[in-house]
Parts: sequence; C-alpha cells; structure tokens
Amino acid sequence: MMIGLIDTGCANIASVRFALERAGLDHVIVRDPSETGDCDRLILPGVGAAGAAMARLDERGWPEAFRTDDRPLLGICLGMQLLFEHSAEGDVDTLGLIPGRVEKLPLSDGLVWPHMGWNALQAFGQDEPLLRQVSLGEYAYFVHGFYAPVGAHTVAQADYGAEVSAIVRSGHIAGCQFHPERSGRVGARILSNFARI
Amino acid sequence: MLAKRIIPCLDVRDGRVVKGVKFRDHEDVGDIVDLARRYAREGADELVFYDIAASARGDTVEPEWVSRVAREIDIPFCVAGGIRSIEDARARLFAGADKISINTPALANADLIDTLAREFGSQCIVLGVDSRVIDGDWRVHQFTGDPDKTLTDHRKTLDWVREAIERGAGEVVLNCMDMDGVRDGYDIEQLQAVRAVCSTPLIASGGAGRKDHFKSVFELANVDGALAASVFHKGVIEIGDLKAYLGEEGIRVRP
Repeated sequence: MMIGLIDTGCANIASVRFALERAGLDHVIVRDPSETGDCDRLILPGVGAAGAAMARLDERGWPEAFRTDDRPLLGICLGMQLLFEHSAEGDVDTLGLIPGRVEKLPLSDGLVWPHMGWNALQAFGQDEPLLRQVSLGEYAYFVHGFYAPVGAHTVAQADYGAEVSAIVRSGHIAGCQFHPERSGRVGARILSNFARI
Repeated sequence: MLAKRIIPCLDVRDGRVVKGVKFRDHEDVGDIVDLARRYAREGADELVFYDIAASARGDTVEPEWVSRVAREIDIPFCVAGGIRSIEDARARLFAGADKISINTPALANADLIDTLAREFGSQCIVLGVDSRVIDGDWRVHQFTGDPDKTLTDHRKTLDWVREAIERGAGEVVLNCMDMDGVRDGYDIEQLQAVRAVCSTPLIASGGAGRKDHFKSVFELANVDGALAASVFHKGVIEIGDLKAYLGEEGIRVRP
C-alpha cells in the first residue's frame, strides 16, 4: 500500500503528512501525475481558494489524469469540493468527477460564517468503507465557508444551517469536507480505512 | 450541530510554556509538546500557542516547534506572536499550524489582515484582541508581552472587531485583560457586546476559574469557544470533567 499525497505547491500538506505518519501509513508526496507510478491510492488535500487550486492542478495536468485513473482518490476539505463540477467560490469550473455544485454556506440566524469547529457526523449507512468502526454522531473537525449540499453522492452529512455533505462518494472517488488529519481518533480511523479500501 | 470548543492556551516563551497573572510574573509550567499531547488526550478541542514575547522583542515565533506540535497532535491548533508578513504566516501554516493569529502587527498595519486573508483564506486568519475598559470604553492594548512596553491604542474594541472582520479575519479571540489570570469568571458583558458585532466565530479568553464560568460564557455570551490557561496548567479543572459537566448542563460539547 502506498498513498500519493498530491502537493500543488499552494497547500499546507504538513498536517496530512503527519497524520499519515502517526497512523503508520506509507506515503509519498507527488507533484504531478507522472510521479504516481508507485501509488495505489491518492489524496488531494485542502488547498486555499478554489480558483487558485484549480489553476495549479491544470498546470500539472491533474484534471485529465483523474478522468482516466481508477485508483481510490480521497479529496479533503477544498480537495473534496474540487471533485464536483463547479464552485461558487470564485465561480470556477472544477474537476467534474462527481455530479453537483459547491455553494456558499447560507448565513442562518444565530450561526456564524465560516463553519468552524467540531460537528457531529449524521445520517450514514453501513456500507461506506471510510466509515467502518465510526459511529453515528461522532464528531469531526470542519473549517469551510462553501459546501456541497446533500445529494445523491452524500454518504455522511453534518448540519450547520444547511445540510452539509460531510463525506461523498462516487465509485472509487471519495471526499471528506472535514479534516480527518485534525479530527482526533475518528479522523485517524477514516484515514486508516482509506488505506484499506 | 456544532459543539462548543474548549481551548487550552499555552503561552510560550523561549520554547517553554509559561503563565503569568495580568500579563506579568511569568512562571514555567512545562514543555510545549508534552502539554500539547496531554491536552489533546484529555479532550481539548483545539490549542492556541502564543509566543507572548515575540511582538515586544520584534522577532517571530520559530517554526521548529510548530512542526514538532503538528507532528504529535491530532486536533487543530493556532499559532500567535509577532506574525508580520505573508512569509511569517506561510512558514507557520506550512509547518502544520491550522491557523495563525495576529494582534499587534495588525494594529500597526491593518492591511495585513486583508493580505493574509487573500493569500491563505479567512478560515485560517484569527484576530487576537487584548481589550480592557479605559475612560469608560472597551479599548485595545498593544505590546502586552512585556509590561515595560505595554501601551494603549486609542482604538475602541468594538470598532476594531468590526473592521477586522470586514477586512477578512475569520475568527476573533477576545482577551479581556481585566479578568486575565484572576479566575473570577469571563467578562460576560464585554463578550456580549463583541458577540453582537462579530459575525465570525468568537472565542472568550481571560478569567476562567471554575467550571460554571464556562457554562455562563457559553449560555450568556453565546461564544463559540472558551479559552483558558492557568486552570488547566495547574490542574484546577480537568478537561474531561469540564466537558462532562457542560454536557450535563445541556451545552453541546464533543465527548
């Protein structure tokens, strides 16, 4: 098992790298698709703003590579949002690997923006491999101002004014809106589960 | 729904965690990574590290210990102290800090908030405010790391919080100086006033002494998190006990 951790150059990947180290999961940092030969799965971590991140991914040929790749892919935070077709953050077209659009979180009564902190994972079934040994209602750490509304590909959600997709999946492609690398025991479990898919 | 956050604050000087009363008389309370690991294990939701002397000395926090902390703990943490530029911020964020907090340098150059928010996103830019009553108004202090250099800015706290959020700050930590280290409870009145103008997450700081102080600040001031130092460092309150108590009192916390 070897995880390729994608470094676009504009992201903080240290936290994810350290989390993989703590979990004892082998990984290499990869900068463009040609470096992924030894990897049997890939992580796309959260990376600044959607527009800037897409520009960097485009420069290195990632969008085309993802379209033909069949290795398990896990997007984290913004990395998850980029899996969809379009983001309202900067009004940019994104990777289009999962149908749907990313919207700005609505400002609801009594809620502050962005959504920042520990929120409970809700409404998921037994079949999602990332959620093995994770219980309904356990908390994960979220930090985001844009979100994927709950849809056909949502396998776990969190409530924050709107129903927020917490984990999404379409075939071998999955994403977490929260930060597993900063979500304590629950996050470590999810990363370990990803390594076993 | 979102849980209220319990946030131990570790004041750092020369690579050690220290704690003083009303910003003076600092005593050594332990190694950074040892304390960080202990608090993460006990159930802290987040950690804040303030290099309390960095602004006064004119230097910046050293990324070396930031990376040591990031390697060890699996909860988010924020680094503060003397961050003046994109490069200072980037070094800390790329070393693994989840957020950086700016205080004095933002007072000297408010554009720094806009610059950092544009570069890294508002979600990782925290505004630290040291505030107390002066001439009948809540006002902002500067250079609080060194008592000989402390001076009072004329800015009103509420105006400054509004402006900083407008400029892109994604969270506010309000340190109520009159209450700091004396364990008499949070400054509810001031926190309520700031809450009313603060559309981002707001973290209360200064005054925690008993478990019911946390309950009060969540219930009365509706803050998103409560920060404390001495009660945790000295073992007056254990984080697991505190969270169990808050849960029984009907406040949503992460178990």
